[in-house]
Amino acid sequence: MSLKIDEQGFYGEFGGAYIPEMLYPNVEELKESYLKIIHSDEFQKEFQALLKDYVGRPTPLYLAERLSEHYSAEIWLKREDLCHTGAHKVNNTIGQILLAERLGKKRIIAETGAGQHGVATATACALKGLECIVYMGEKDIARQAPNVSRMRMLGAEVRPAMSGSRTLKDATNEAIRDWINNPTDTHYIIGSVVGPHPYPDLVARLQAVISEEIKAQLDGNPTHIMACVGGGSNAIGAFYHFLDDEDVELIGLEAAGHGINTDKSAATMALGTPGVLHASMTLVMQTLDGQVTEPHSVSAGLDYPGVGPWHAHLHKEGRVRYESVTDQEALDAVLLLSRKEGIIPALETAHAFAHLEKMDLKPTDRIVINLSGRGDKDLSTYIEFLDV
Amino acid sequence: MKKLKEILISKPNGLLNIYCTAGYPNLNDLPTIVNSLHEAGADMIEIGMPYSDPIADGPTIQESNGVALGNGISIEKIFEQLELCKPKIPKILMGYINPVMQFGLEKFCSRCEETGIDGLILPDLPIEIYESKYKALFEKHRLSNIFLITPQTALERIQKIDNLSSTFIYAVSSASTTGKGNGLAAANDYLEGLKSLPIDHPILVGFNISKPEDLALVHKHANGGIIGSAFIKYLKDKPEVGQASKDFVDYITNSAPVS
Ligand SMILES: Cc1ncc(COP(=O)(O)O)c(C=O)c1O
Repeated sequence: MSLKIDEQGFYGEFGGAYIPEMLYPNVEELKESYLKIIHSDEFQKEFQALLKDYVGRPTPLYLAERLSEHYSAEIWLKREDLCHTGAHKVNNTIGQILLAERLGKKRIIAETGAGQHGVATATACALKGLECIVYMGEKDIARQAPNVSRMRMLGAEVRPAMSGSRTLKDATNEAIRDWINNPTDTHYIIGSVVGPHPYPDLVARLQAVISEEIKAQLDGNPTHIMACVGGGSNAIGAFYHFLDDEDVELIGLEAAGHGINTDKSAATMALGTPGVLHASMTLVMQTLDGQVTEPHSVSAGLDYPGVGPWHAHLHKEGRVRYESVTDQEALDAVLLLSRKEGIIPALETAHAFAHLEKMDLKPTDRIVINLSGRGDKDLSTYIEFLDV
Repeated sequence: MKKLKEILISKPNGLLNIYCTAGYPNLNDLPTIVNSLHEAGADMIEIGMPYSDPIADGPTIQESNGVALGNGISIEKIFEQLELCKPKIPKILMGYINPVMQFGLEKFCSRCEETGIDGLILPDLPIEIYESKYKALFEKHRLSNIFLITPQTALERIQKIDNLSSTFIYAVSSASTTGKGNGLAAANDYLEGLKSLPIDHPILVGFNISKPEDLALVHKHANGGIIGSAFIKYLKDKPEVGQASKDFVDYITNSAPVS
């Protein structure tokens, strides 16, 4: 079976647009125009210029010598943490703000978990002078406080999502409801490869620049590429141009929380079953009755009971291997990377590094890890859990 | 869908459809509420199947879904409770597609037919997927799929929806989540245009109907009205749900004529 998206917006059995009729005009408009717009010379010219001069691309591919020595393998870091605003999320928001502008939208909404996507959206809106409203779970507002302040400084309004687990899933529900209630002037900048078609494809295309650069920066293919998976946007970005290269092993790392055998986990690949969440058929953590369960991860950006439909398909087809990492393993990896390389990673990102501990590494292995974001936003968690 | 078709023919105007959330306010209230609403004059009842993530619903129905799930409601229990509702009442099940999928689509449709369900409203089942994967099964079990249209729905699409419809079309008074409570003032032009739509099926209007005047206005421009959040709000903290259901129907239908 093909690894790619089909005409109806499905990746095998996953994907599609399970949207209420109220969203049809907006989603249809996007579906009909996104490829035309993002492939146009005029869009590409502005997009590429902003990626270079505003975001700071290409980001370096850095050979981490002390980490390589520690694990006796060659380890390269794709430095998305050096993007403006501190994570890969901005690749997507810059692309989508240019799209929104061309669709004539005046009002931007977004959901955010860790706050990185919220900050990246608020940044793009400030850049273009557009109104910005970010929905964020009440629990995440507390644990990612610096990002809330950043969004406000950038002129965005942060609205707390008070329902359910008061995390990313609920923020996404509120953003979808906002879009239903504002059917003509609003564009929804989704933060990951989730949601109804065409969002997973749109966001993947905008993040694909990560693997495009890795290809150009590395002499020959790596043996492995690893990335953390919340919704899956940094992972798809890092895998995109390597999907057909069978010599490259692709590994996605999910948040196991307290462990996949506990009721406090966010490892959707391990624990999910097929179902519809946020208007997409994908793997979902749910009860036998089809009620979505409340996930847990110490990392707000991975604390999500679903996963992008493309990942669900890549998992089913066996092209990408998905493993999980506990809260504690991720926290340990934060300290190791900080002390070996002088880089404090985001908690989400640390999940990818933690997997190194469990791999049977050889000196001939050449591993690229997508360093999706920096850890400033997580300082309060680090102070609480790490002896610093 | 027979009972639903019959009422649409025998009562072409002034229809009243009331929505309730199964399992709310108490786990086993559904039969009392359904029977009482009908006795008091509701022509058909829309029964909500609670879901953890109802994206098209506002706070009132979200809260009722949460309470009902906390009470232990499930689709299986809803079917058991439907056996206790009077068989002659036209009944529609409303809910999100995920719990229905997990219940099992074939089994769901059979149980609907056995328990006298006439139609389904599944807001996150889009037409395209309905046509390719669901239509044949629903028809086999004589279940009418009821589609929504909004003020933003293009005429061509309304006609396509009309062709796929078998009972009535659900027109939302404004593109919004349920229970916004904005009233119908902004929807007046839209309501006035409904009668001239080139379609075959009757139209029931829902969303933002909370007062007798709202219902009367809707009755002037469409075949009927659907009330959800206003009834759920009314039920909250009422000690006796049967009486409350009757009182609500009396209240909402007892309107001074609008000019
Ligand atoms: C730094 C960082 N990495 C990863 C993620 C997870 O998102 P995704 O799986 O879409 O890359 C987030 C989300 O907030 C993030 O902030």
